[in-house]
Amino acid sequence: MVNKRKKFLIGAIGIALAIIWLIPFYLMVTNALKTKRNIFTDTLGLPKEYSFSNFVQAFQELEFLQTFMNSLLITASSIFIIIIFSSMAAYALNRNDGKLSNFIFLFFVAAMLIPFQSVMIPLVSIFGAVNMLNPVGLVFMYLGFGSSLAIFLYHGAMKSVPKALDEAATIDGCNPFQTFWYVIFPQLKPISVTVAILNVIWIWNDYLLPSLVIGGSDTETIPLRLFLFFGEYTTQWHLALAGLSISIIPVIIGYFIAQKQIIAGVSEGAVK
Amino acid sequence: MRNKGLSYWLFLAPVLLALSFVVIIPLLYGTFYSFTNWDGITAEGFVGLSHYIELFQDSEFLNALKFTTLFSIASILLINFFGLSLALIVTSKLKSSNFLRTVFFMPNLIGGLILGFIWQFVFVKVFASIGDILGLQFLQGWLSTTETGFWGLVILMTWQLSGYVMIIYIAYLQGIPNELLEAADIDGASAFQKFMKVKFPLVAPAFTVSLFLTLSNSFKLYDQNLALTDGGPFNSTQMVAMDIVRTAFTDNEMAYAQAKAVVFFIIVAVFSLTQVYYNKKKEVDL
Repeated sequence: MVNKRKKFLIGAIGIALAIIWLIPFYLMVTNALKTKRNIFTDTLGLPKEYSFSNFVQAFQELEFLQTFMNSLLITASSIFIIIIFSSMAAYALNRNDGKLSNFIFLFFVAAMLIPFQSVMIPLVSIFGAVNMLNPVGLVFMYLGFGSSLAIFLYHGAMKSVPKALDEAATIDGCNPFQTFWYVIFPQLKPISVTVAILNVIWIWNDYLLPSLVIGGSDTETIPLRLFLFFGEYTTQWHLALAGLSISIIPVIIGYFIAQKQIIAGVSEGAVK
Repeated sequence: MRNKGLSYWLFLAPVLLALSFVVIIPLLYGTFYSFTNWDGITAEGFVGLSHYIELFQDSEFLNALKFTTLFSIASILLINFFGLSLALIVTSKLKSSNFLRTVFFMPNLIGGLILGFIWQFVFVKVFASIGDILGLQFLQGWLSTTETGFWGLVILMTWQLSGYVMIIYIAYLQGIPNELLEAADIDGASAFQKFMKVKFPLVAPAFTVSLFLTLSNSFKLYDQNLALTDGGPFNSTQMVAMDIVRTAFTDNEMAYAQAKAVVFFIIVAVFSLTQVYYNKKKEVDL
């Protein structure tokens, strides 16, 4: 009896906290559907009349389809090369034990200590000098910043891929690339999902790096566009909030589809 | 792949090149140029330590450093308190556990910029409305003073990162063998005793991970700072990361900004290394 009552109490606290956690989203969506005057007179209530035109205008001014595609292209290509190249590197390091491999591995791990702000100024200067302040340069930068954690995770996972697999593949006549691609890489699928999830969350939402590299161009990603849009409409909350809501929709859809994998991936990435 | 031949280097080449050009070379290059009068393109001469001397007399930088430190302390305490509490709630075998976990984690998928803008609305418009209705003066004018800007940022970060840290605590809480808890039950331990004597020592490694994560996230914060307070009023809520960005790209003082960036790197590295060292010593194996 006592146990049941206690459980009920914990459950009630949990639900209360969940409501508090959701309030900012509730306020964003309800106010995005109001007219400007309606927000001014009544911020807390539901909309008096639904003003979907806010969403239409925000969608157009954000050029949302174009910006969405830019974000998608940059995020997908970065993750693709991070996964391929980091898993290859981790494979080489794991299968060649020795001082050199140890040193290279430590080098990558140590690089995780370097904050982005400490390298951004020379980074922009160097890439600017060779005309690489464009989406291709940006994707290469994501490989540079993202490979350390990915190699670290792959390196841990490689330990449980038996070396007998390599030997069998070699006997069957595979060269090192074939061995890796057809035999080893498929074994690493669970950790590839983790690496992909951690990097999607980071790259999709990243603001500072892309603002320095592709800011002002027509390849701008969602956060960059949103920043400009918000600056224009700070005093017109109905439009600003509609823009924010639109930007969040893809993320929420993704979250509902892959919720389990996302939470498992984050857990794995953080705990290791 | 046994011999360190051509294929070994081919497998490593892409990431080694990327890391070198994106992180290592800029770090060395930047450190070198922080001792010159570099303008982002060329440097005409050495200025020795003068940027470093200047920065320790620069009230804006020192203010940013102090604000960032206080903000990090407040955030770390609150995030870990809420993160552990949420984890304990979610792992109490409730019917709603899955739903709760989903909700608490959600803010972490959304960019800091968007979260900052949403909370700007909450603090500026919603707080003011509630203040009007309830006649509470302190809910007016949020983000327009240094204190409300500070607590605004702390609230935003606590709301966002508690769910992240919760996931870490859950992983460790679920790693506790059931036999231990059952044994404690048989011995007549109360829920509080079970938490203090069994769960707490076993989730200690989770503190390491969470502390490291929250410290590094709070100390390097930029997006939320930009979106929520934009450093205002009068740069009083400007954190170190934003100060570096502004010095470089608004004031165009590249070499000086880079000197700040080098100091920033040293602080972050010292923190991280100390923490890793400490926690490696403290962790108990199951």
